[in-house]
Amino acid sequence: MNFVSFDILDEMERMRREIDRILGEDRASSWTFPYSRISFLPGRAHRAYPLMNIGEDHDNFYVDALAPGLDRDTLGVSVTGDQLSIRGEKKPLPKSVKSELVHRSERSAGQFSRTLSLSSSVDSSKVQATYVDGVLKIVLPKMEAAKPKKIAVKVG
Amino acid sequence: MTEKTVALTTEKQGVPASAGEKPLATRDDTRYIAPPVDIFETEDTLTVVADLPGVPRDAVDIRVEDGILTIRGRADYAPPQRTLREEFGLQGYFRQFQLSDAVDQDRITAESRNGVLTITLPKAEKSRPRQIEVKVG
Repeated sequence: MNFVSFDILDEMERMRREIDRILGEDRASSWTFPYSRISFLPGRAHRAYPLMNIGEDHDNFYVDALAPGLDRDTLGVSVTGDQLSIRGEKKPLPKSVKSELVHRSERSAGQFSRTLSLSSSVDSSKVQATYVDGVLKIVLPKMEAAKPKKIAVKVG
Repeated sequence: MTEKTVALTTEKQGVPASAGEKPLATRDDTRYIAPPVDIFETEDTLTVVADLPGVPRDAVDIRVEDGILTIRGRADYAPPQRTLREEFGLQGYFRQFQLSDAVDQDRITAESRNGVLTITLPKAEKSRPRQIEVKVG
């Protein structure tokens, strides 16, 4: 007897995972340690760029992005609801450098953009971003309604 | 310009390093990243551009010893507390290149900006291309 079970909820979950994977939101499987020693390069592998560390506390989200050598005026950070989007451009070598005079070219260059969704909405008017020594640091205050509330438990 | 891939030995020939003795190597014993570099020539310089994100200007250490260019940097970075996702960790950077005689080793300059280190190595006078005029007699 050939019996195939079909569960619509399983199918929907599978589809959601597939879409997450396509949109680059697959958290568990796409990051494998250890990275190669120069693995933060764009273009070396199909990997999100820039690499990010994300943290949170009661009031804020903290996002650090590893993106050396950007021009401040090409760097764009925008926030909509719970979506954070970063874009920028890393300048290639000057055009005056002839290709036959390039000995090594390991630092990839070009435009990038990366969007990620945070677990709750942030107050977009109070987002702060600083760019120091090639690391972009963004502090995103959570909306008041999204902050965790402590609920006192009465012991009767 | 060749990359130096073999680190200097940590102990003297045949003599094991005694406990507490500082290793002779220039290489740190902690984890490090080999920074990606671009190396290109112009008419009178050789330029090395290296990505060292997270390294403040004063934590970059560039040395030329025995014809070996050593780039070293220590990242001043701590990931956020209560990490939701950690994609990179920064510690030290280390990479060495063997310089040739074609580089004037006394006039090397470097600057660091936005985590990108640019080292300018002027070519020695003798290795610059020189146009030789041909006289027609």
